[in-house]
Amino acid sequence: MSTPRTWRPKPFIENPKLRWSITIGTLLYMLLALGSVEVNWMRVYEGLDRGLKFVAAFAQPNFTGRWTDISEGLAESLVMTVVSTVIGIIVSIPIALGASRNLAPLPVYLFCRSIITISRTFQEVIIAILFVAIFGFGPFAGVLTISFATIGFLAKLLAEAIENIDPSQAEAVRSTGSRWWQWLNYGIQPQVMPRLIGLSLYRLDINFRESAVVGLVGAGGIGATLNTAFDRYEFDTAAAILILIIGIVMFAEYSSSAIRKRVQ
Amino acid sequence: MLELKKLGKRYRTGDHALKEVDLSVPAGQVLALIGPSGAGKSTLIRCINRLVEPTSGDVLLHGESLTRLRGGGLRKARRRIGMIFQEYALVERLSVMENVLSGRLGYVGFWASYFRRFPQSDIDTAFSLLDRVGLEPMADKRADELSGGQRQRVGIARALIQNPELLLVDEPTASLDPKTSRQIMRLITELCTEHKLAAIINIHDVALAQMFAQRIVGLQAGSIVYDGDPEGLTPDVLTQIYGEEDWTAVRKRQSSDSDQDVTDLEENL
Repeated sequence: MSTPRTWRPKPFIENPKLRWSITIGTLLYMLLALGSVEVNWMRVYEGLDRGLKFVAAFAQPNFTGRWTDISEGLAESLVMTVVSTVIGIIVSIPIALGASRNLAPLPVYLFCRSIITISRTFQEVIIAILFVAIFGFGPFAGVLTISFATIGFLAKLLAEAIENIDPSQAEAVRSTGSRWWQWLNYGIQPQVMPRLIGLSLYRLDINFRESAVVGLVGAGGIGATLNTAFDRYEFDTAAAILILIIGIVMFAEYSSSAIRKRVQ
Repeated sequence: MLELKKLGKRYRTGDHALKEVDLSVPAGQVLALIGPSGAGKSTLIRCINRLVEPTSGDVLLHGESLTRLRGGGLRKARRRIGMIFQEYALVERLSVMENVLSGRLGYVGFWASYFRRFPQSDIDTAFSLLDRVGLEPMADKRADELSGGQRQRVGIARALIQNPELLLVDEPTASLDPKTSRQIMRLITELCTEHKLAAIINIHDVALAQMFAQRIVGLQAGSIVYDGDPEGLTPDVLTQIYGEEDWTAVRKRQSSDSDQDVTDLEENL
């Protein structure tokens, strides 16, 4: 009888020395890194108290005390959301066309792709800080920030949709002797329209959330109201604002997914 | 009417898809282009309406060279050439009517087409063509709701509404069942007769080609290796086009198909 052949799964890194040194090195680094993070436990203890107050405030949110501020902030945020989404869509469509390799010549393609890359590189908050520095506090900086972010998002995903169309449908329209714009309208647009509508609605509810975030750095909207509430330690008002934001985001999400289902 | 002069295409990848093809098609002739996959059939017909740019040679339609046309001139030339596609190539999210009317894009302005305001004469023609291919009640259905055979009928109507002089037909039956294939081929050839159209039909089904075409051209590795009557396709010729294989079955099927065809036709009427 022969000895049974043993089998073990092949390790990801074959060299045992390298394997062990990487494993131990990683663990060591983690321990050292954790050790370097200073924690002031006294401060945590004090902060716990404040955190508790904040959580407790959710049980008694104060909608009425600062209602004018809240409603103005909300209205401003909604306006920012809608305006920046519309601007974003309008600007992103031509950029998406230019960023589709099957439509645009290489120089145009590279140019449009670089706009998308720039827009996607920077997080909204960083852009917002820059625009607030340029245009001052207020919703204008917020609208510009969110529009800019929308362009990167929509143009990239729409360009992807355009590059993935069925080329034979477009070819058939071209073979009829159509002009370029007619070709776009008959051969390309019907194929990507559901995607464009879906992405736009999705972006609309992202933009509402963003409008709250950029407000924290001074770019207007409900975020600014929320920031003020925190600064004044009015946790009950802050809780009311957060509850409203959650409600609106949920509403936007459900209604946009319902619409997206209908558009196929 | 159509003349190809030393037409050649070399793709950037280095594929020499067409090698100096000379071909002349008189008005009203239905020509079947057969050959193995990759022989260059699809490239050949696409070089005619310049969906693929030929790299050498010339295409003459009524003596006018198509290879040097650009912009508006090319569009005017394209609208004289109708095309019918493999897998139909209908714009799936547009309605049947919009697909048919898209055949008129070369004739109407952008805004008219954008708002779907086509001239009344175009709409009349569209309805009568849909009626002719048996799909008038489907006008407002979306193209992706139709069956394969119905879609290809819409494709045919779209090509014919261009009021073309020449039809380029690329594997019209590749995704259809045998009976529908015959009906579609019959419809195409009937319409060619009615409208006095010349047609080049790419088809890999030799029996169908023999049944419906007046002339057969065999393409092999980018060159024409046979040009003649359907009857002249002997096993030797087929071997030359496709390579060694037992061809007796094709010949037999052809003769039995002709009987079947008569019953098909009666069913259809």
